[in-house]
Amino acid sequence: MDERQVEQILQNPKFKQMVSKKSTLSWTLTAIMLFVYVGFMLLVGYNKEFLMSSFSGGVTTWGMPLGLSIIVLSFLLCGVYSYIANNKLDPLTQEAMREVEAIAKAKGPH
Amino acid sequence: MKWNSLKAQALAASTLLMSGMAMAGPDLGAAEQQATNWHAIIMFVIFVAFTLVITKWAAKQTTSTTDFYTAGGGISGFQNGLAIAGDYMSAASFLGISALVFSSGFDGLLYSLGFMVGWPIVLFLVAERLRNLGKFNLSDVVSFRLEEKPVRTLAAISSLVVVAFYLIAQMVGAGQLIKLLFGLNYNIAVVIVGLLMMAYVIFGGMLATTWVQIIKAVMLLSGATFMAFMVMKGVGFSFTEMFEQSIQIFSKVHDVSLAEAGNIMGPGKLAANPIDAISLGLALMFGTAGLPHILMRFFTVKDAKEARKSVVVATGFIGYFYLLTFIIGFGAIMYVSNNPQFLDVAKMAVTGKLELVGGNNMAAVHLSDALGGDLFMGFISAVAFATILAVVAGLTLSGASAISHDLYANVFKKGRTTPESELRMSKIATLGLAIFAMILGILFEKQNVAFMVGLAFSVAACANFPVLVLSMFWKGLTTRGAVIGGVVGLALAVLLIVLSKAVWVDTLGISDTPINPFNGPAIFAMPLSFFCCWLFSVTDNSARAQAERKAFDAQYVRSMTGIGASGASDH
Repeated sequence: MDERQVEQILQNPKFKQMVSKKSTLSWTLTAIMLFVYVGFMLLVGYNKEFLMSSFSGGVTTWGMPLGLSIIVLSFLLCGVYSYIANNKLDPLTQEAMREVEAIAKAKGPH
Repeated sequence: MKWNSLKAQALAASTLLMSGMAMAGPDLGAAEQQATNWHAIIMFVIFVAFTLVITKWAAKQTTSTTDFYTAGGGISGFQNGLAIAGDYMSAASFLGISALVFSSGFDGLLYSLGFMVGWPIVLFLVAERLRNLGKFNLSDVVSFRLEEKPVRTLAAISSLVVVAFYLIAQMVGAGQLIKLLFGLNYNIAVVIVGLLMMAYVIFGGMLATTWVQIIKAVMLLSGATFMAFMVMKGVGFSFTEMFEQSIQIFSKVHDVSLAEAGNIMGPGKLAANPIDAISLGLALMFGTAGLPHILMRFFTVKDAKEARKSVVVATGFIGYFYLLTFIIGFGAIMYVSNNPQFLDVAKMAVTGKLELVGGNNMAAVHLSDALGGDLFMGFISAVAFATILAVVAGLTLSGASAISHDLYANVFKKGRTTPESELRMSKIATLGLAIFAMILGILFEKQNVAFMVGLAFSVAACANFPVLVLSMFWKGLTTRGAVIGGVVGLALAVLLIVLSKAVWVDTLGISDTPINPFNGPAIFAMPLSFFCCWLFSVTDNSARAQAERKAFDAQYVRSMTGIGASGASDH
């Protein structure tokens, strides 16, 4: 990959679109995960009373369903990322690559 | 062929050891707390024989360095996901977390959460880019556009530090476990693990390691599923019922009031200090994305898409496994803590606390006995041993890649090596690492295993993670920034650990009060490492730094599209 080709790919609108979508997706999901987990750890550190309080009147505390649902959430977020990446981002990348290759071919081998 | 004869010798030696173990069983068993567990031994020997056959098959296909380190890139996303799960679900998490749930309930869940939440981060930020940029390991990625020699050396050294801590923890765990489960001498147990791991890695490389991990993952998940199912069946598949019964039994066997027993439903000692709790959380979360043996697994699949699939599959299995260990821990409260058969009465008289035969880490093993009888307990014991073998094989492989691919081939020989000499060096490195692991395993017999694992994660989070993430995402990172940031993260993490209570007071016994009052270094060392990477990069105006910033565009395009990424070799 030479400099000119890199420049072409970087300037390609489809590539730009894919990159911006992908980074929004990655960082949003990372932020959600961090927020939920760090939030939960802060509760563990500073608000034990809430985590110890009864969830539905019985012995089950708020801490249990919240903790278990973070495990489930981790997996669900992975699923969401993978679904969007497979169905939206990969096709965009392929289109961008096709366009760049087409330009390269049209110009001939140097 | 030198290696072939060595191979034959090692295979013969391990077979001998296996039969020796079976014969030596009764004598040694009498000396230990537990009767010789024949079911466990037979099932374990079957497992070993089966994996050695696989190793023999894998050895025929392992002819190049690419085969050795990445199984030729020919593993499917699903298989790799299972193998990652097998690599990650160590005996420490199976026995340790269920034991933590058994003794303090909710705290066990807190631990598994930390191990779990790192996976989405690996997927969102690391996996695909890593696959697109690297060839064998994470050093390839961080030295992609930075100066090879200093950056690769740093990445190799911090990888080796992580591998060493993790390896010691696994070896010590293996020795203790085998001593208890099979009634075998600790040193012999460590040597058996070392020899088997050597056989898998030297002859079968990544392909054999992958299959050992896959088989082990399937065995562990099926065993744990059965246990959790039986526990849930006993309480009519109701969590509320399970919690209620557990609290009642917990109060009775620990001789505390019902209200106090109810504390197992919320955070306890583990999070007594909020800073420690958050620091531990950060280390576990970001450490996962810096573990060299885990990151290495992403090069075994053919492209970034398969790498993505591997993480989703792995996260699913790992999450499911942690839900199972949680149920298993509560099951142990209900079926183990009130059964005199599993209690160490003599020890209880001394400590005044609830003590299980063979220590509280045996909660899951005793539960398997209570639920499925001797045969099933044999199966679970064999699984626990297999688990350790799978994890140490993966660790050794990544340690060998740091020594031969990074330090030998690219730093010392500056890339002027033949594939044959690099492969030979890899095997020598594996041999060296295995001997090193056996010696350290024997020296550190009394070391706290969970602590060593925490250490490995902390170093991974403070030294590997910042440099890896910045090298992929930040155009401004220069060689100077990466090296200083990485060294600061590594040194500060190790220093803070040495000055903390666990080492300064408990292990070294230098004084009664630790110099560093906090247990986890991640909350301080990780941000400082990021900061140093930034500071020493932005102030770097050398010609080299300019060129490195300019090279980012090409790296970026490759990391996002996979153009030019090393592909799968065909078999």
